[in-house]
Order: sequence, then structure tokens, then C-alpha cells
Amino acid sequence: MPLSVQETEVKNPPVSRPPLDPHLKALENEAIHIFREVAAEFEKPVMLYSIGKDSSVLLHLARKAFYPGRVPFPLLHVDTTWKFKEMIEFRDEIAEKYDLDLVVHTNPRGAEEGITPFSHGSALYTDIMKTEALRQALDAGGYDAAFGGARRDEEASRAKERIYSFRTPDHKWDPRNQRPELWNVYNGMIRKGESVRAFPLSNWTEVDIWRYIQAEDIPLVPLYYAAERPYVERDGMMILAEDPRLELKPGETVQQGMIRFRTLGCFPLTGAIRSTASNLEEVIAELEIATVSERQGRAIDRDQSGSMEKKKREGYF
Amino acid sequence: MTAPAQSSAQAASATILPFAEPVKAVRDTRPLRLITCGSVDDGKSTLIGRLLWDTKAVKEDQAATLARDSGQQNDLGLPDFALLLDGLQAEREQGITIDVAYRYFSTDRRSFIVADTPGHEQYTRNMATGASTADLAILLADARAGLLEQTRRHATIAALMGIRQFVLAVNKIDLVHYDKAVFDRISHDFREFALSLGVRQITAIPVSALKGENVVYPGETSMPWYDGPTLVEALELATVRSTQAGGFRLPVQRVVRPGESFRGYQGTVAGGSVKPGDSVVILPSGTVANVKQIVTFDLVRNAAVAGDAITLVLDRQVDVARGDLIVSLDGQPMTGHHFDAQLVSLQPGGIEPGKRYWLKSGSRRQRVAVEPISQLELATGKWQPHASTLAMNAIGKVRLSFEELAVFDAYDQNRSTGAFILIDPDTLNTVAGGMITAKRAEIGGIHREDQRVVLSLPADLAEQLMASELFANRRDETEVKRMTAKQAAELFSNAGGDI
Repeated sequence: MPLSVQETEVKNPPVSRPPLDPHLKALENEAIHIFREVAAEFEKPVMLYSIGKDSSVLLHLARKAFYPGRVPFPLLHVDTTWKFKEMIEFRDEIAEKYDLDLVVHTNPRGAEEGITPFSHGSALYTDIMKTEALRQALDAGGYDAAFGGARRDEEASRAKERIYSFRTPDHKWDPRNQRPELWNVYNGMIRKGESVRAFPLSNWTEVDIWRYIQAEDIPLVPLYYAAERPYVERDGMMILAEDPRLELKPGETVQQGMIRFRTLGCFPLTGAIRSTASNLEEVIAELEIATVSERQGRAIDRDQSGSMEKKKREGYF
Repeated sequence: MTAPAQSSAQAASATILPFAEPVKAVRDTRPLRLITCGSVDDGKSTLIGRLLWDTKAVKEDQAATLARDSGQQNDLGLPDFALLLDGLQAEREQGITIDVAYRYFSTDRRSFIVADTPGHEQYTRNMATGASTADLAILLADARAGLLEQTRRHATIAALMGIRQFVLAVNKIDLVHYDKAVFDRISHDFREFALSLGVRQITAIPVSALKGENVVYPGETSMPWYDGPTLVEALELATVRSTQAGGFRLPVQRVVRPGESFRGYQGTVAGGSVKPGDSVVILPSGTVANVKQIVTFDLVRNAAVAGDAITLVLDRQVDVARGDLIVSLDGQPMTGHHFDAQLVSLQPGGIEPGKRYWLKSGSRRQRVAVEPISQLELATGKWQPHASTLAMNAIGKVRLSFEELAVFDAYDQNRSTGAFILIDPDTLNTVAGGMITAKRAEIGGIHREDQRVVLSLPADLAEQLMASELFANRRDETEVKRMTAKQAAELFSNAGGDI
């Protein structure tokens, strides 16, 4: 029977793919359920879009969840102005291609006070340009629910995160006093000013994300794939040396090598890995024999003990 | 004695980081969700740590952080697994697990989601939370201590929450010199207890989590007498609960109308299956329609089964809203204003009799009054009459009364449409998790002057009624006769009006 859904209304009609394996299908179903539930229960949801692989999967799932309708909420990108150039290009392309409502916010303090990851250190910089910026953007939009791509397997404090993670009016997370979450029955009742962060990818692992990207043919920022790129070695990390704002310290030299990124954030705080995996199949093959976790390249997780928990309490994703 | 040689060989290899092997790209099954029950003393953290470690779920940098944080290692040169698991600073400081944490690991055959819950008594609520989504429970017992009251308590809660597969891990078997008699005694006791809870799928495994015996790798050198599965093998063989057998259920999450000509009902199939052409009923309204299409992003489907997130299109204009339940014409759920349920009280304020709560089940939220009837005494497994507030962590039987028509399945028939949460209208917090047991007959207004009522009851129920104080006090006003079911049916066919 031919589909009478109006193909004309859908900007990007779906394509036929082989069915997902039951494992990914179960994860996909769960995520779609969460998307629909939040969209139905909250007045003004927004999706945090960080342009990375998890965000790309999240966006794909949102499009699936609401098909044949449009994604019924905007995407919010907190732009620190220190993202990789390719990330910003990719973001704008995707928003255009999928007809998305994209909101970009940058904390004005960054420009006003000259706050950079070099001048203020990763902890303070992250607090102002990411956590504070996020709070500003959420307040400005009056959003009562924000989707995020966080996964419980990423980091120890995230293992205890709920699917609906409750936040006080000043965006605080109280890990010791979380609402119990039973079955897939989510409590979306909040008071004015309060909000939830909703995590449809809670039960996904890094391998799941990659397999899903492969199965669903989801486009990614090319930085995830290995290429000859210029880099500088600093504090044990390989930092991409493309942006003119990166000033070399004495003794540092720009080197060339086959590198790629396992996660994408602000370029001065995100370390590359040496790799020859230049396509999806090779990345997955590499991942399956990897012996270090993906956040290993992220400076902000390590700047103090219990670092992520502290940031999360203060409103970081 | 081969045991010492074996453990020293393991100790040597255990100091080397886990050797990663490529995993198979496609798994042929859904993830198995499980819960681990046991206390720190039983070695629960060590067991989960061992599972993660031996399945290579722990990465080098995480291990290095562990080594740095703990500065201590156990006598096998492995990091302190408890530190790996206790993610929150408060927990690390107190050295206990205070909340549900979720862990992920996988083997070639399938992947696993572990709800890691605390073993302390005051955290019954966390165990109930973890158990609500679990297909299987691992219950830990210390081989030296045997079956403790706590293990029985955990098994009781797990069974109550609908878990029908138990794995008993008799841990620290090395500390009783791999004594088969000890294992046999504990597993026998456990089997008897689990059967009394209605759980028939029971696997008992002797393990040493510390040494990694019978967890991921077999412990045959130390325990040649054991020929059953390792813990991971038992988990690989477990079944994922499916509600595909019963009637079709679709709780409507949202209505999608991208254009005038398209109207779809979005939700996750909570039971049974559906295909175009099927006749369905929309509840609570009772409107009947036929399924026209099942739409998903990946083409139009010719069928959908329990677990699928779909968009359903019906063949006619009908009034369907969020919170409605679309069900198969055959095998409909129960509708009514009064239901019996069991619930776990989750918050310090408890569940107060008569208070009007919000009840959420599936995508539907409605007002409900809750009346406690009895409370489970976890130590004995007996239900005691209890009509007052159900305190935090209490498990109670309650009567639910709705202002608007409610629709449920019994929880033992369907873990989605039979489950609910209660939300306190004052705090908006989730205060209970509950399971529907039955629809309650809507009786009331029976009492009329000097009329008498003839009841026909199963003998065991009559016995319980007559044992009550209320009945005993007025025993001389009653007449009781025993007869066969057939005789009772004949007698009733000639009796007065039904109530």
C-alpha cells in the first residue's frame, strides 16, 4: 500500500535501509519514547546541540520521533567561539538541510572580559563560557526542558543521572535528592522556573553510538576521521594548530600527522589521537580494540577530582 | 590441591590490563536489563567490578584514575572496584552506595544494562526503582554467612516488581575452601524460598568475585564438582521479557498533524502486535476503528510489536488524545473506577490514606485517592493489616479510587499498562511506584435495612473472613454452609438480584 503521507511536507524523505539489529532498535525505541514524552509534557523544550557525534545521533532520533511532523522544538548551540571551524560549518549546513530552528548563544562576558581558555585556564573558562552561557541561554528562551546527549557510560557521576534530570530555577542538580524513576513512566511535573534536562541517550554506550551512525548513515563533522592535520603537543595533548588564535609557547612547534578526534569540544581543550582510521568502518574497528575511554582527551574532566559532578551540580550538562 | 596454583597464576595475569578483543558487530538480541542485590559485605561491588573488568568495559585511563584515587589494591593487584562504581563524591566519602547507578558491559552474544542498587535496608526504594525495568535479578550471598534475611528481602522485592528470573551468586566460595556441601545447602534453601515467591527460573552459581572464578571465566580448576554456567553464561542465556503475547496496547503520547490530510497517533507499543486492517478500540471512550497504516521514519511497516515506537493512522476521524489507550478489539484491558494495587512508598512523607495524588501510567495522568489495606512485613514475607500511612520504603496493598474512568492491565499480564507512579500534588515528587493487581468490584450501598446478603466464596477466603475480628464479633448473626461449587452455582441461579 503506498504511503499517503504527504512527501511534499517532509523536506527530507526517509530512505530505505536494512533493519537495525535488535539491540540498536531497542535503544532507538527508548530514545524516541523519551523525545515524544518530553515534547508532549513540557511547554517549551529545546535540544542542546553540541555538533558532536552524540548530538548528531540525538538529532537523527528527534527527526525520527516526530516524523512525519517537523522537530517541534529549536536546537540550541552554546558557542564558546573556540569551537573547531569545521564544527561551525557543519552546524550551519545541517540546520539548513533539515530545516531546523537553530538558536546560537555566546556569553557576552567572553568578548567583554577577554576570557579565553589560554588566559583563564580550563576550569574558569568552562564555567563562564559553557556553564554560565548555557544558563543564560536557557533563561532567555524560557525553556522548561532541555534535551542533552549525555550517556551514563561516559563518566562516573553520569552513571546516576536520571532520564528526566530535575533542575532548580538556578539550574542546580542535587544528585542526592533525585526523583525516583521507575519503568518508563517519567514524572514531568515541575513548578514555574524549574526545568528538566532529558537524556534520550542515557543507556547508549560509545560503541552503540558509532554502530548506529553506521547503520543509519548519519553525517558527522569530518574531524572524527583521520587526516593529515597540523598539531601542537601541549600538556600531553595534541592540539589542532589551525586557528590563528593559538599562540605557540617557547619550544613548541607545529607538527603534521594523521590524527583524528574521539570527542569534539573547544579546540584548545580537546586532544587528538594518532589514528589512520579515515572512514566510519575503520573508526569502529579502532574503537573496538581501544583501551582508553573517550573522555580521556578532555581536559575539563580532569582539572580536579570529582570534576564532572561539580560542574553538573552547577548546571553544566 | 590445584586451587592455590590457579589463583597465583590468575594473580599474575590480573595485574596486566585487560586485553581487548574485537567484538562482533551485530548482536541478535535486545540488551538484558538486570539488577544486582546484595550488600557491600557480600562483595557486590567486587562482583560488578569483576564483570566490567573481565568483559573489558573498564578502560585504561579509568583504571589509572582508580589506581590514583585509591592508592590501594586488593591482594590480587586489582584496583578497588568499589571506587570504580561509586560515582558520587558523597558516596566515596561515606564509602556506601546511596543511589541507583547504571553500568554497561557486553559480550560477543549480547549487551547488558546493570542497575546497581544499594544493599542497605533503608534503600528499599532504590532497589524497587532498579528492579522495575529488570528482566533478571542477581542475588548475592556470602558463602560463609548463607542465606540472610536481607537476601530474602531483596528476593521478595524483586519478585514483587515482576522479575521472574533469579541468579543466586554464592560468593566468596574460596573462603569456604570451595566446599560443594556449603554451596548445595545455600542454593537449596534459596530455591525453596524463590519458589515460594513464584519464581521458577533459578540458577545458582558458586563464585569468587575477587579471584574471578565462575564470573566471566570458569572456575573448574577450583570447583571441578560444578558443571553449570558461569555468571556471564547464565546472563547470556536469560530471556528478555516480552509482552508480545497479550492484546495490542498503544498508550498515545502525542497526536501528529503535519498537514490537514494526515493524523497520526504516536506512542510505544506496550503489548501485543498490530497490523494494518486490525480493529482497535480507543479507551476510555470505547470508540472502534481500524488500523490504516503504521508509519515510521523507515518506511511504512506491515506490522509493529511490543517495544516499537510507531505512528498509527486509523481509517476514520475519531477523537483520540494524549493519554488514551488504543487496544485490540479482542483482549481488552480492565476499565473501572476502583482498582487493587501493590506499591512501594518512596519518600519520607509516605503514602497517606485518602490523600488525592496524581497517578501516571503510560502517557496518562489522572487524580486518584489511595487507601492502604495492608503492609508487607519483609522479615517474614507476611502481609499485615495496615490502614494508616505507608512510611517510606514500605510495601503495601492499596485500593485506588479514580474520579475518571481508569484503564489498566494486571501487572503480571503487562508490565507497562499495569504499572504506575504516584506524584504528590504538593511537592510534585514521585512518591510511589505501583503495580495493579486487579479491578475492584464497584460495590457500595449494599446495606439496606434488614436485608440479608448471601455470599458464595472459595473455602479458603471464607476461612480468612471468618477469622477476622469483625466477623467473630457477629458470628451469631450469620449462617455458614459448605457445599460443592456445582451446588453453589445451582443455588445462586435461583437467588435474588446481583449486587
